[in-house]
Amino acid sequence: MDDIILIAVAALGGVGLLAAVILFFVAKKFKVYEDPLIDEVEEKLPAANCGGCGFPGCRAFAEATVKAAKETKSLEGHSCPVGGNDVMQDVGKVLGLEVEAMAPMIAVIRCNGTPINHPAKVKFEGVTSCAFAHGLHGGEGGCQYSCLGLGDCVDACDFDAIHMNPETGLPVVNDKCTACGACVIACPRDIIELRKKGPKDRRIFVSCVNAEKGAPAKKNCQTACIGCSKCEKVCKFDAITITSFLAYINFENCTLCRKCVEVCPTSAIWEVNFKPRKPKADRPASVVEKATATKATPEKPIPLTIKVDNAQEDFKKEDNKIENKE
Amino acid sequence: MGILKTFALGGVHPEENKLSANAAIEVLDLPKQAFIPLGQNLGAPSKPLVKRGEEVKTGQLLAEAGGFISTPVHSPVSGKVFKIENILNASGYKQMGIIINVEGDEWMDDIDRSDELSTNLDYSPEEIIEKVKQAGLVGMGGATFPTYVKLMPPPGNTAEYIIINGVECEPYLTSDHRLMLEKGREIVVGTQLLMKALKVDKAIIGIENNKPDAISHMSELVKNTEGVSVQALKVQYPQGGEKQLIKATVNREVPSGKLPIAVGCVVQNVGTAFAVYEAVQKNKPLFERVVTVTGKAVKKPSNFLVRIGTPVQQLIDAAEGLPDDTGKIINGGPMMGKAISSTEVPIVKGSSGILVMKEEESHRKTENACIRCSKCTYVCPMGLEPFLLSRVSRLGKFDIAEDEMIMDCIECGSCQYTCPANIPLLDYLRLGKNKTGAIIRGRGRTA
Repeated sequence: MDDIILIAVAALGGVGLLAAVILFFVAKKFKVYEDPLIDEVEEKLPAANCGGCGFPGCRAFAEATVKAAKETKSLEGHSCPVGGNDVMQDVGKVLGLEVEAMAPMIAVIRCNGTPINHPAKVKFEGVTSCAFAHGLHGGEGGCQYSCLGLGDCVDACDFDAIHMNPETGLPVVNDKCTACGACVIACPRDIIELRKKGPKDRRIFVSCVNAEKGAPAKKNCQTACIGCSKCEKVCKFDAITITSFLAYINFENCTLCRKCVEVCPTSAIWEVNFKPRKPKADRPASVVEKATATKATPEKPIPLTIKVDNAQEDFKKEDNKIENKE
Repeated sequence: MGILKTFALGGVHPEENKLSANAAIEVLDLPKQAFIPLGQNLGAPSKPLVKRGEEVKTGQLLAEAGGFISTPVHSPVSGKVFKIENILNASGYKQMGIIINVEGDEWMDDIDRSDELSTNLDYSPEEIIEKVKQAGLVGMGGATFPTYVKLMPPPGNTAEYIIINGVECEPYLTSDHRLMLEKGREIVVGTQLLMKALKVDKAIIGIENNKPDAISHMSELVKNTEGVSVQALKVQYPQGGEKQLIKATVNREVPSGKLPIAVGCVVQNVGTAFAVYEAVQKNKPLFERVVTVTGKAVKKPSNFLVRIGTPVQQLIDAAEGLPDDTGKIINGGPMMGKAISSTEVPIVKGSSGILVMKEEESHRKTENACIRCSKCTYVCPMGLEPFLLSRVSRLGKFDIAEDEMIMDCIECGSCQYTCPANIPLLDYLRLGKNKTGAIIRGRGRTA
């Protein structure tokens, strides 16, 4: 009985030893030299493997940065959007290079086609996929540039940073956004754009991508950019350009003065994270105020005037009135 | 009669509902305003030649072909060009188009407006192809592929058969059926012209067995015509698909990714054959077509001869109005048609029918889990596995989809029709086909 155990141990041990020897020589023979810097760089990276840098995964990015550092002595064009500035500084230290600080970016949704602004005229029934719906039809509300609200961007996000708002039917980006750009690629209508976060997270952008003329755009959506050029004229910094009836704010030139927001007749320009303005008599209400105003305007309450003597009848009349109104 | 021919693989037989089969073709009144999209063919959109305010006559050239696979567009009405602007098309997207305010109905002088049958076949193939090209002919079955391209086989391929598609396998639609009954002689002449253009001596007119009157009528007409025969076919959807029809009539299989010309066949719709006749014999460009307006609740299901650019609303009015419980209006048939978002969209060269669905018919059923019954695989006329393709498309695994031949899908919808779990198979297939196609095209660009 003991023999069998011994033979088994000896045989397996022998096989193991033989394999180890073979493997040792094979490993020597076929050794591929890899720069140890690649491992070091990879260690600094967030390991999200999101592809936001333009390379297939963090390892590939590490290889590319090491190669670029050796060949060109600069990391220009290589940046990890997820790790941001801190990670790139670390990578620079590993490679012994100075890395220029870059401004953090965030995804912005350039559509404000809520059910109130852009009411649905037809109903779409089918799979919940923007790519499919985009191929099939122009959109429920008639604007062929509008958000389809089926959440391809939400599915594409690896960072839990974008969610659908069930009330507005539009996606909302939160602070977790790393600007990897997955949602930008996923959106079949090119609504999502990566923009600079801006100082104190303040940014101004045109929340519309409708390239139609003013009248048809406004017909479908209240807050469409109608290409009136008011913002272009008011901007002193040449930050706003209008192409095919659509304004675009270049964030390099924008100084966040908010002049354009004030003049926009359709509230298509959004300001985010600004303090509320001081109320001024001649100044139109800001976007946020406008939006809430349109949303929360209740029907004018019908004043009840009740006379003491025939109160009963008046009540009835009022009831009727309310019903009619509804 | 024996066993009727049909294609080999799969297929379904939906309720036929040919409500308007006995309604003779009526000529619809001219619209007040005609909306003529410039992208009415598969391929590049046409380039406008007229300017705002210009007077145009019926049949006048409005736009020239914008590329090799493109066709010119002719004015369906006479009047003044009101605007050249983006107009809504059937899919709800805006597209460049010409809007004409209709005044009277003055035709171009060179169009022969008489009803006399002209059987003159004294044309060279080049002349016929040139006339077909100039007349802006596209496949009238719905795919709107420019006809003249089909008449010029690529080098190395020769056509042996021309197959005239009178199958009309879509339920409800009857425009081809009525056309065969009323314009049968013209279709035969058109077929002969097509034979001449392609230098073939055999033509088969394929008609499904649910149109016995059309089969007997056409058989009678082709009796004395050499080389043209009528083939009665078993009723089976999607027999009107090119590849299925070739299999059913001449028993040849078009290889994956190839055109019918690879097996020596050219398929043309009966509507196209009629349009070829009109273009060659009567000098009349393609600016009107037969459209079926139908639906279970429609008071007067009819077939109308409609000018291109007429708003759908006018057709519905002519069929005595939109029923109260309308849930959906479909451009085309119930199997392959698309719902339209507005009745302002115009009739184009490829519109074969307007189907008005009742509210109760127009909604999707609740989707359940796949029970692996394999019905979708059984009915797929292309021999694909729709359940697998839809699953991989849903998961975004387009490499598997490509390996499993998703690009062969003809989007007939048989799988979704038959699915007992109501899974929107075709939706996912379309999505997958779209994305896979984009990947393949992208690969070609970088390689």
